[in-house]
Amino acid sequence: MSRKLFKFKGGVHLPEHKAESNARPIHAAPLPGKLVIPLRQHIGNPAKPVVEVGERVLKGQMIGAADGYISAAVHASSSGIVTAIGPAAVPHISGLPDLCITLSTDGRDEWIAHAPLDYQAMAAADLRMKLRDMGIAGLGGAVFPSAVKLDPGAAHSCPTLIINGAECEPWITCDDMLMRNRAGEILQGVAVMRHLLGSTEILVGIEDNKPEALASMRAAAAALDFTVEVVAVPTIYPAGGAKQLIETLTGKQVPSGKLSTDIGIQVFNVGTAYALACAVHHGEPLISRLVTVTGHVLRPQNVEVLIGTPMRTLIALAGERGGSTGVLMGGPMMGMPMPDLEVPVVKATNCILVKSNALFPPLPKALPCIRCTRCADVCPAALQPQELFRFAKAGDFGRAQEYHLFDCIECGCCSYVCPSHIPLVDFYRYAKSEIWAREKDKRAADLARERHEFREFRLAREKKEKAEKLAAKAQVKRAELAAAPASEGAAVPSEADAKKALIAAALARAQAKKAEAAPKNTDHLPPGTQREIEEIEARRAKIRELARQPLESEEKKP
Amino acid sequence: MPSPFILDRSSVTQVMAWVLAALLPGVAAYVWLFGPAILVTLALATVTALAAEAAMLKARGYPARPFLTDLSAIVTAWLLALSLPALAPWWLIVTGTLFAIVVAKHLYGGLGQNIFNPAMVGYAVLIVSFPVQMTQWPGPLALTETPLTLAQSATVIFGGGVPKATLDAVTMATPLDALRTGLLQQLTVDEIMTQPVFGQFGGVGFEWLAAAFLLGGLLLWALRIISWQVPLAFLAGIWLAAGFLHFFDAGRFGAPWFHLFAPSVMLGAFFIATDPVSGATTPRGKLIFGFGAGLLTIVIRTWGGYPDGVAFAILLMNLSVPLIDQYTQPRVYGTGGRGKEPPA
Repeated sequence: MSRKLFKFKGGVHLPEHKAESNARPIHAAPLPGKLVIPLRQHIGNPAKPVVEVGERVLKGQMIGAADGYISAAVHASSSGIVTAIGPAAVPHISGLPDLCITLSTDGRDEWIAHAPLDYQAMAAADLRMKLRDMGIAGLGGAVFPSAVKLDPGAAHSCPTLIINGAECEPWITCDDMLMRNRAGEILQGVAVMRHLLGSTEILVGIEDNKPEALASMRAAAAALDFTVEVVAVPTIYPAGGAKQLIETLTGKQVPSGKLSTDIGIQVFNVGTAYALACAVHHGEPLISRLVTVTGHVLRPQNVEVLIGTPMRTLIALAGERGGSTGVLMGGPMMGMPMPDLEVPVVKATNCILVKSNALFPPLPKALPCIRCTRCADVCPAALQPQELFRFAKAGDFGRAQEYHLFDCIECGCCSYVCPSHIPLVDFYRYAKSEIWAREKDKRAADLARERHEFREFRLAREKKEKAEKLAAKAQVKRAELAAAPASEGAAVPSEADAKKALIAAALARAQAKKAEAAPKNTDHLPPGTQREIEEIEARRAKIRELARQPLESEEKKP
Repeated sequence: MPSPFILDRSSVTQVMAWVLAALLPGVAAYVWLFGPAILVTLALATVTALAAEAAMLKARGYPARPFLTDLSAIVTAWLLALSLPALAPWWLIVTGTLFAIVVAKHLYGGLGQNIFNPAMVGYAVLIVSFPVQMTQWPGPLALTETPLTLAQSATVIFGGGVPKATLDAVTMATPLDALRTGLLQQLTVDEIMTQPVFGQFGGVGFEWLAAAFLLGGLLLWALRIISWQVPLAFLAGIWLAAGFLHFFDAGRFGAPWFHLFAPSVMLGAFFIATDPVSGATTPRGKLIFGFGAGLLTIVIRTWGGYPDGVAFAILLMNLSVPLIDQYTQPRVYGTGGRGKEPPA
């Protein structure tokens, strides 16, 4: 079974650091006394709380309901009492608190009544609603609600289903361990995906540095009654990027600005397939996941963790060491620094990476760009990062957009290879956030202009109507005067009525017009983008400040 | 500090150090074939460049350390020194180096900002201003009866009082000079090539110096410090343009191999036209840039006022870089460039 593979452009070979954490078996993390469960753990609308402070909840009970189509529910990860519903620290780049439900666990870990779903007998739409209510979202990092991705839409089917087990980021091994130990369950989830998407070709892409996972998945695939092709893909970062994996396996590129489903391909992470299997075959909502705890700890390992567990608990479990210089959620290429260790594990938490100066030396100061184009050589989006950097730095965001800034996937390859050590990705994030901000301002200005124009139009129309009315009235008056100067008193009430009717009609017209031209909702963006914009907004100030500072080395001497 | 949190070990200093290392075969061949005078020139240019760099950084209010240690000033100094006649007077070397560092580099904004290659700007200023002194090439040792020692070379370079006869005895016209002079005297190429200064492909000594620069250039390519596009296109431009002319009139135009195996061509193709700061950045742009420089070199050598045209050709192409880059942008992911077009 050898499939023709395609090479995506660029990419870098990174020190893998996988062996540290994949040698130990998976442990279940201890039940913490307190669980902090954010209502926004996925892309789309945050869940709406459906419990109250003081209420006792059971393990697996829905505590936040999905709000709208692109959303997902959140559940109590264990039984206990709701002690707070309010802002708390969450793992987010902005460092800003977000709405969370805090549970004080009772140690009984008592499940709510739950039962497997007979997914084959259910209507597809009902099954998707059910999955949304069970909180299933992409566990590869983007946490997009899976129910939405499992809707083939107008095409009625998605021919190719790709399961992403590439796990190309250094240090992280949770997908590797999941595939080694729970391959059968992953493929049960894949069966559900296949059922909903009507896929005829199913590919599992795994980097060839994970022979155990490949063997385990192949063995499990052989036992299925449908064909799943488990493919070893070359180990090169970012092979696990959805677009890159699609190209590696199929040779197709997702057209710029479109979705992979537009070319008949859908991609899910192995962890998502596993969560789906738990939901369908056991009726268990997404309340736990595998997390790699590694880096500067005594016993790097993978842990089965309840969503909402404070990160500190896991670092303690893996053995804290002195001299830590911070903690990342995710890998070293795309992960984000955590503001403190009380933040909870969320659905997106694949790795907790503890830094030290030895493992992650402080980044050297940046020098000017020498246009060596190493960044362009490694860019998997085939961009010209050195030009984007120049435009972003100069504030020429229009040119940056012309040079396809928004095709940047922020994988970090350019920053990694830059001999001048320029934090290139920072500049792209800054430019993107500036462009979003300007577009928002422009929408607001457009709206204001529309309103103003309508007001002008209305005033002009009213003036004209008034003039016409006056003319009509004058005519009536003249006629009346001419016809019956004697019956003057009788004409008055009817004239008043006519005036009233005229006013009413004008009001109705104005209202109709207003409703027609009422502010069209400027946010026609898909909620995914919208959320992204909000997130970016929140950290914009920070980034902008950073980008405003000239490169250290360019600073004038005091 | 946001992601990524790891870095490759490369640095500007490392890139520049490799460029210097790749020049060493050329320097060694120079000493072996033409005597140690080039060492004096290199040292003088290096000291001048570092001093000028330090002074300019101070004047512009930049920290000296990160920029002095990036070695870029030394690369400029060496490239200029290797382009100049090794027995040129000290003030010529100092003037050229100062112009390269002060004007072409720092007045344009320093490292990464110069639109022209600084070494070539320095060279161009000297050849335009001091054409006579720019002919003081040491003769190849194979053709010289009394080669100069290091000390004697230093005396020639620093001591203004060297009698003209002494100087004439140790300097010699380069093969390109000889060709040009010969052609002006209505000699045919074949007649000119019988002069002792010509060797197998190019000039005696010069052809091996060119080979040594080629070797260093291949090293840079193997290390992926330079891409293949610029040197290959540059050499192809020279070969095709010279070959075309030679094919139509072998009596009036030098052979393509002769044009290729001039040291300035190999130095230009692998070390100067590949300067990332002043060169094109896109893959197709690099091909255009290199080919254009090669073509212009032959045009200038053939019809221009100077025996060699590498420096002017590269400077002219430097001028064209923004235009070339703008019109050769590669297709980005998902715009139909690579992979298959999606089914409709």
